Amino acid sequence: MPVHYFLVLSALLFSIGVYGVLARQNAVLVLLSIELMLNAVNINLVAFSAYLGEGALSGQVFALFVIAVAAAEVGVGLAIVILIYRNRQTVDVDEMSLMKW
Amino acid sequence: MSADTWQQVVFWVLAVAMTFAAIRVVTARNVVHAALYLVATLLGAASMYVLLFAEFVAWVQVLVYVGAIVVLMLFGLMLTRADIGKANFDNDQRVLAAICSAALFGVTAWVLVDAFEGEEISLARETGTTTENIGQAIFSSYVLPFEVVSVLLLAALVGAVVISRRDPVDEEDDR
Repeated sequence: MPVHYFLVLSALLFSIGVYGVLARQNAVLVLLSIELMLNAVNINLVAFSAYLGEGALSGQVFALFVIAVAAAEVGVGLAIVILIYRNRQTVDVDEMSLMKW
Repeated sequence: MSADTWQQVVFWVLAVAMTFAAIRVVTARNVVHAALYLVATLLGAASMYVLLFAEFVAWVQVLVYVGAIVVLMLFGLMLTRADIGKANFDNDQRVLAAICSAALFGVTAWVLVDAFEGEEISLARETGTTTENIGQAIFSSYVLPFEVVSVLLLAALVGAVVISRRDPVDEEDDR
């Protein structure tokens, strides 16, 4: 099984996630696109782990760490989104320009 | 058919399904549909992990991503009342964003194919990586990052509670 199939698939998923982050306006949908990108990275890590052979577990362990960090990121991210919604009645990222120069 | 042919058939079916679902995640007009298409993509990724001999990572993916993160996302969508099905959720940079992501895909795909074409994942193994092996790796070589991740999760937990909790002063005003 050629390893570059998996790598190109994860590159494709990552690019779709980049498109979502750039083109979406709703903050929760931007978070969904970020999950897509993190997932693409995980596929890459597990593919390299399989490519390096049976003893190479670093890729899989690292994928588990990425999943844990993604969970933490979503928890804090959604808390911030809900706080902004409570204060400004919108989750539109184009309107959150308070900290822009 | 040989094991390799079967693996390739499964790979292509999953890859097409995942790509379709991922595109729907970033283009769907209905926010709940976007979240449900994300579930399809994540389950496809879990199947990819099984294909790559990583059963434990696959089950963690199903439990943490599909079980917890997507549910959190749905809560976020419901709590922010994001005009389900009505509004336009894309901004006016759509064409620019499409060009950027297509260029990114072109460059990364070209680099990866150039570097790894002809390299094969060996199928000559009886079972996947056992959970025992992963556990031993985490608690021997990777015990320090493991502890750091647990502290990070605790910090995120406390942070999320502190951020999203109402100020007592505001609450008195509301009454």
